[in-house]
Amino acid sequence: MKLLYFAWVRERIGRADETIELPAGVETVADLIGWLKARGDGYELALAEPDAIRVALDREHALHDASLDGIREVALFPPMTGG
Amino acid sequence: MAEIRTGVSGDPLDLAGLVASFHQGRTDIGAVVTFTGLCRDEDGRLDALELEHYPGMAEAEINRIAHLAAERWPVTDLSVIHRHGRVAPGEPIVLVIAASKHRHAAFEAAEFVMDFLKTHAPFWKKEHARDGTATGWVAARDADDEAEARWDSNS
Repeated sequence: MKLLYFAWVRERIGRADETIELPAGVETVADLIGWLKARGDGYELALAEPDAIRVALDREHALHDASLDGIREVALFPPMTGG
Repeated sequence: MAEIRTGVSGDPLDLAGLVASFHQGRTDIGAVVTFTGLCRDEDGRLDALELEHYPGMAEAEINRIAHLAAERWPVTDLSVIHRHGRVAPGEPIVLVIAASKHRHAAFEAAEFVMDFLKTHAPFWKKEHARDGTATGWVAARDADDEAEARWDSNS
């Protein structure tokens, strides 16, 4: 599964993207965020407040309770500020 | 069905050119509404905004929002173009042009596009200060969520 990070999520984690093998038991976006938080200080800092994190699954907006089943690309980012 | 053109550009937007070409030679359009979002200098403090985007999703999301607007209002044409990269104060960030037979459809479609774009299009602004210090990500505003939500209560 490909993970993409944008804006301050990217800066705090220290990378723009990575490819991971989804561990057993990680079934939803919330599970994934919880698992990522334990991967290091940058992840912990970026994901400290899960409510502030927006997510897209295969380039469509999704909620934290969405299933990751069959998903190829997950993006995590702050609330958007375009326009 | 409306003619819809959307895009994301790393180059400065040619405002005058886009508007001029929009209704050239057309006799079926009664109203053209244009919205331009510009980069402010925040009272001289700002050197530039850096607009990060999610390539692929940004284009898709803008296109989706434009189609939602075209389904809701009888617009004949709708163009939405958004910048990414470094934008200097005074330069356009986003351009929305809506055309319709009668003005209300064009006004409302343009406003709807902007309200949804603010909360759904994957772009993020980072400020670069003129004095070289204090750069930071622009925070999302609750007012933008409220602006989007009113389109639900109106429907």
